[in-house]
Amino acid sequence: MKSTVSNFILTIVLAFVLSLFLPWWSIMLAAFISSAIVRLRKASTFFVPFLAIAVFWIIYAWLLSSANDFILAKKVAVLLSLGGNALVLILVTGVVGGLAAGVAGVFGNQCRAIFSQSDQ
Amino acid sequence: MKQFKFFLSLVFTVAIFYGLNTKFGSIPPVGKFLNPYTGVWQNEKSTDGFQGIENLQGLSQPVKVHYDQALIPHVFAQNDEDLYRAQGYITAQHRLWQLEFQTHASAGRLSEVVGSAALDFDRGQRRKGMVFGAENALKEMQKLPELVKNLEAYRDGVNSYIETLSPADYPLEYKLLDYKPEPWTLKKTALLLMYMTDMLAGGDSDLEYTNFLKKHGQERFDLLFPDFFDIDDPVIPSERDWADFGEVEVPDVPEGELPKDYVSGLLPKPHPDNGSNNWAVGPGKSYSGNPILANDPHLGLNLPSIWYAMQLATPEKNTFGVTLPGAAGIVIGFNNDISWGVTNATRDVKDWYKITFEDESRNRYRHRDAWTNTDKKIEEIIVRGGETYYDTVVYTHHGPVTYDASFSGNDELIGYAMKWAGHLGGNNQQTLLELNKAKNYDEYKSALKHFVAPAQNFIFSSREGDIALWVQGKFPNKWEGQGKFLLDGNNPDHDWNGFIPQEHNAHVKNPDRGFVSSANQHPTDASYPYYVFNDGYEAYRNRVINDFFRSKEKFDVQDFKDLHNNNYNLKAAELLPHMIANIDITQLNPEEEMLLGEVSGWDFYNDIDKNGATIWERWWIRIRNMVWDELAEEDLDMPYPFAYQTIYLLKNAPGDKFMDIMETEKVETASDLFLLSFKEAAKDIKNWKENNQGYNWGDYKSTFVGHLLQALPAISRFDLPIGGNSGIVNATSRNHGPSWRMIVEMSDPPRALGIYPGGQSGNPGSKYYDNFVDTWASGEYLELLFMQDDSNTSGIMFSQTLTPKQ
Repeated sequence: MKSTVSNFILTIVLAFVLSLFLPWWSIMLAAFISSAIVRLRKASTFFVPFLAIAVFWIIYAWLLSSANDFILAKKVAVLLSLGGNALVLILVTGVVGGLAAGVAGVFGNQCRAIFSQSDQ
Repeated sequence: MKQFKFFLSLVFTVAIFYGLNTKFGSIPPVGKFLNPYTGVWQNEKSTDGFQGIENLQGLSQPVKVHYDQALIPHVFAQNDEDLYRAQGYITAQHRLWQLEFQTHASAGRLSEVVGSAALDFDRGQRRKGMVFGAENALKEMQKLPELVKNLEAYRDGVNSYIETLSPADYPLEYKLLDYKPEPWTLKKTALLLMYMTDMLAGGDSDLEYTNFLKKHGQERFDLLFPDFFDIDDPVIPSERDWADFGEVEVPDVPEGELPKDYVSGLLPKPHPDNGSNNWAVGPGKSYSGNPILANDPHLGLNLPSIWYAMQLATPEKNTFGVTLPGAAGIVIGFNNDISWGVTNATRDVKDWYKITFEDESRNRYRHRDAWTNTDKKIEEIIVRGGETYYDTVVYTHHGPVTYDASFSGNDELIGYAMKWAGHLGGNNQQTLLELNKAKNYDEYKSALKHFVAPAQNFIFSSREGDIALWVQGKFPNKWEGQGKFLLDGNNPDHDWNGFIPQEHNAHVKNPDRGFVSSANQHPTDASYPYYVFNDGYEAYRNRVINDFFRSKEKFDVQDFKDLHNNNYNLKAAELLPHMIANIDITQLNPEEEMLLGEVSGWDFYNDIDKNGATIWERWWIRIRNMVWDELAEEDLDMPYPFAYQTIYLLKNAPGDKFMDIMETEKVETASDLFLLSFKEAAKDIKNWKENNQGYNWGDYKSTFVGHLLQALPAISRFDLPIGGNSGIVNATSRNHGPSWRMIVEMSDPPRALGIYPGGQSGNPGSKYYDNFVDTWASGEYLELLFMQDDSNTSGIMFSQTLTPKQ
């Protein structure tokens, strides 16, 4: 439980910092690093970074968009065939970010495993 | 097992990265696009501007910019260079994507952005010599050091803005298409002006006419395509005599034959409705004694709008109006002393020459019965996601050989070269900057001299009380018939040998009738001493406008508004009663009878609530297609006869053999066509009714203003309630019409109204993206806030100071 929370927080913090100067894949890097450091087990190797980044992106997207009455989000939600629903676009954004982070987290976890194995 | 998991997770990671970082078809790279740090969410941040101070490198002194409630910037600079630098900066801030996209389109570079789908378009642009024309224009502009300084300032202003951007700040369209802006250059300004030239003077029908002539003969040609209509009410009133020109030299028609070739696979033409209205009344016809002027250019209805409104002031001048993003200064507008506007002068300034090459190398071609060297330009078209395409375009002294064996042709030794006023290299930019500061008729007249193409009817009024209209462009002085059909590239007498002297361009100042106007009709009557033929002149709007100004003594601003919004369909009024009188009603079923009754009761106004207008429009399209079925059935590119002449034939030559429908046994006459086409129109309306509630004209026409990227939904505006149609003074058809409406009364200071179907911001996330659209559709205007000094800020939303970077 402790490692779950630490990973979750570390992923968000890293993503926050790396996003300031790296492109979108900074979240993959963040999930990779935090999972390489903080060990997770089973399904949580995917879902913890997934949730961390999904929450992170959802909150930030919502903050940006709500300040502008979701004008653009509604339009983009039409362009991407999401029925013009800004909230759906925000959820999709979270899922996309989460998916990328989850996979990178699993990879980070596997890297740690490989390295710790060779250390022994 | 660990290794396997490691590799599997690596593969997944790479796949996810690739999948979310790559553009698939029209789907943007999803990870990049949705990332709140740099993706589309960032475009929810306002780009409208803010109260405060901004740095702008290169300014000599601070520039004040006041934004009014409509987000129109009022720019106060201390000198011209600062002014145009600020113009470039502000324009880029609101319209960067459009600014660049239009010049990419002009230069034939869209494949770079959208891939091979645009390759044919790009090849066409290159083969038309768009870049060649822009380079020639640039050479002309570079002859004037003062102008170059101003254009460089504009360029640096645009680039200063681009430099402030990180990928997170790129406009939405860059993110959708996944590319980035490049620096602005002077050549891009020239390319923008070519974009307009092609839009307005890029049309001609010489090769279609040649095909028709060969197929149907001279007599049929002259019947369908007369040099003048019998009802012309020309731009320059017929009362004008040309005695002031003195002796005029017009070349004699040379001996020798015109080449008679069938040419097909021709490039697409500009929209046939590209045109405009303008009119002005002098003091004698104005309710207040101040001249009043109006203009509305008819172009494709796009978002972002082609126009961007601005006030541009220095201590020497104070000008208001609309700009074209990419060009310095105001294009259509007014200052404290004058106002001006333009309509397209529609002249045949594009001719075609048959070229005979010596051999397949195309290194030499026949001219003056000798072999002359060609030039070759290798066009490199970068194709996104594909191989770069190389296209060799051969140049002769006429111009580029647009059509040859590698493009639309099949004979290795034959080509068709274009001679076009668009290639001559004009200095339209100088005309604009001089007009911006002109104070009277003489300065207006002198400003026009630099303007080469697209020829425009420049309307003018001044506070001194003058009104005037010049048909300005650089026009070849042609022998009668020159350039109506394909010309002989070998025969030097077929070349353009000289131009109409600029001072002999048709013009009129303060005519007795007290008003001037133009609506793309014939520039003059047949008494004009130079050769002009009808190359697609408009036959209806001009008569409605001129009749209106002949109808009473005095006119006020409300009259001008009413005329802009006038939906009277003169074409319908001239044909519909004849059709109704000559249709065989015994052949109609009850449903058709009902429709005929409805259209019979129609008052000829294309208002949104009129069913009659819809019935008429369907009937007209159907009958026109039936009359000209002969032309549509052929593989060849054929010219489409003018509406006016079609109606003339229907009324005066009902038994003409063109009336026959080719695919039927029977020989039809005009009244047979009235019946058959009405039945088809009735079917059209029935089909429409199956999917829609009513069929009133507004619903049926369903006007829309489409985003430049193929009218993408969500960032376009659909189903706008506005009447009118092509050929009507309110020329709003489905996706084309008045792209800017302006009315200026030359009071002290001038009072002006203006509106365009768009908004000042090009950012679809801004509430200023399309906020003018509804006002425009309802026929209303914005009161333009013409600030007389920069300290009175009533009506101002926020103010900025642009300061030189330290």
